[in-house]
Amino acid sequence: MSGGHAATGGHDAVAYEPVFVGETRAKLEALFPKYPTKQACLLPALWMVQEARGWVPPQGIAEVAEVLELTPAYVRGVVTFYTMYHLHPVGRHFIQVCGTSPCHLCGSDDVIAAILKETGCGELGATSPDGRFTVAEVECLGACGFPTPVLIDDDFIDAVTPERVPGILARYP
Amino acid sequence: MGYPHPSHQKENVVLSKYFGDVEARSFAGWVKRGGYEALKKALGMTPEAIIEEVKASGLRGRGGAGFPTGLKWSFMPKPSGKPHYLVCNADESEPGTFKDREIMRWTPHQLIEGCAIAAYAIGAERCYIYIRGEFTEPWKIMSAAVQEAYAKGALGESAFGSGKRIDIVLHRGAGAYICGEETAMMNSIEGKRGNPRIKPPFPAQAGLFGMPTTINNVETLSAVPHILSRGGAWYKGLCLSNPKSTGTKLFSVCGHVMRPGNYEITMGFPMKDLIHDLAGGMRPGRRLKAVIPGGSSVPIMTAAEAEAALCDYEGIVEQGSMLGSAGFIVMDDSADLVYEIYRLAKFYAHESCAQCTQCREGTAWTTKILARILRGEGKTSDLDLLLDLSEQMTGRTICVLSDSCAAPIVSGIKKFREEFDAYLSRTKAPVAVVA
Repeated sequence: MSGGHAATGGHDAVAYEPVFVGETRAKLEALFPKYPTKQACLLPALWMVQEARGWVPPQGIAEVAEVLELTPAYVRGVVTFYTMYHLHPVGRHFIQVCGTSPCHLCGSDDVIAAILKETGCGELGATSPDGRFTVAEVECLGACGFPTPVLIDDDFIDAVTPERVPGILARYP
Repeated sequence: MGYPHPSHQKENVVLSKYFGDVEARSFAGWVKRGGYEALKKALGMTPEAIIEEVKASGLRGRGGAGFPTGLKWSFMPKPSGKPHYLVCNADESEPGTFKDREIMRWTPHQLIEGCAIAAYAIGAERCYIYIRGEFTEPWKIMSAAVQEAYAKGALGESAFGSGKRIDIVLHRGAGAYICGEETAMMNSIEGKRGNPRIKPPFPAQAGLFGMPTTINNVETLSAVPHILSRGGAWYKGLCLSNPKSTGTKLFSVCGHVMRPGNYEITMGFPMKDLIHDLAGGMRPGRRLKAVIPGGSSVPIMTAAEAEAALCDYEGIVEQGSMLGSAGFIVMDDSADLVYEIYRLAKFYAHESCAQCTQCREGTAWTTKILARILRGEGKTSDLDLLLDLSEQMTGRTICVLSDSCAAPIVSGIKKFREEFDAYLSRTKAPVAVVA
């Protein structure tokens, strides 16, 4: 993900603004009664950080640890287990394209190649030079009957073909 | 029904009746279609009577293991002051399987109703529905539906004025196939790494947060309202072959078929008809080569085995594989079995939680060996090495992820050896892959 760093360089220099203030804090606290432990709110809290920041920065890990009364090392241990949390900045739009066997049988290799070419990312895991896209191959999107499925940010798009790629990407400036 | 295709006349649509019908997504739309009557009926019954009805139906788990649902519920201890939990497994990530996604997208209230009945039956103070992180659309639809169910009084302090409290909380995963394993899922909800736990203790004794817990698949729970409405005997009567496999089941068919989709058929339906008729058969000029029927975690079937099999728990075992989650990966004669097996091994290597040595090392090494065979760098001894590794990966770990990786490898070598030999003898052009 070295491209990600290059595209959004300088993030370390920006002072960290806490995520869990105001509305987001209230949203997190509203979850507490739904679980017998605060620790159970860890995955939801990490989602909130990623929603607010676009990724989960080290300071975000520290902040989550503090609000949930855990240690930063513990939170880091958990966050690294789950592939959907970005531990580095990514492009403005995050593209996940399925390449597992059922989709591979139906031509996902060509879709992946078209997406890498059209975005300018060049390789999986990389961010485009303009910082617009990061492309990742995802292990089975659970939509094998609608090949090739692609997830762009939170938008699920099915039956993507190489021909459709430019038109779809144009919707994500 | 095989959404996006219209229902096929040979289907028996119960769960999928309203797939594609946007109106069925709303509370009012669901009620208009007879929804929530089963929950109201259940709330007037004793928990024991509900469990008996589900036992009588013969319903078995639709997530892959096929354990009798009513029996599983009956393992929950009597109320003792300890909280009980229900967990609904909506972490559908098994390659080839895409049925739970459609249930949640089209009929969220069907699932909510099933969860509510099950929660009441096992005395659960709360039901957590664990939805995989990538399912953004099902998540939005389920969130709206749960909110609406609370607003209309179907959930909450006194469900439909019964005085019985039923709570449902949606919990979002974050990208980990292994969290579909029930004990890993419980760890994930608790805010831990998704490592499976050693059993025993079983979830009914010490599960989520250490409390008695039942975990059921989306499709299993969605069948429950129908069983309550129409009776366990009716459901048990839905059976074309072995009486141990009852009801209807959604079969996800994908890969090299003309009409991929979800087809709901009565248990015992011929696999030949499912593939060649309902799913539209092969592309012109192509013939069936292989089917992996259970999602990817089961042995590969040859065309002859698949065409002879009946679609139920026993029928597929008789033909050398397993029903699993009934996600059919269909391959015609253009498929490169060695490549597809490699791609599956790569999937399991990526998804191993890495706590057991046999799995962590086994999934990684089988992937590497398969990659070198594809690159034309394999040795004749590699097939024996793969079989040996696979044996070490089977039945020796905390969960069955490494067994799942081994199943397609062992059956692939056994049934399609000539495809491996073509790479090993350098008669087939190598494929550029990196392990």
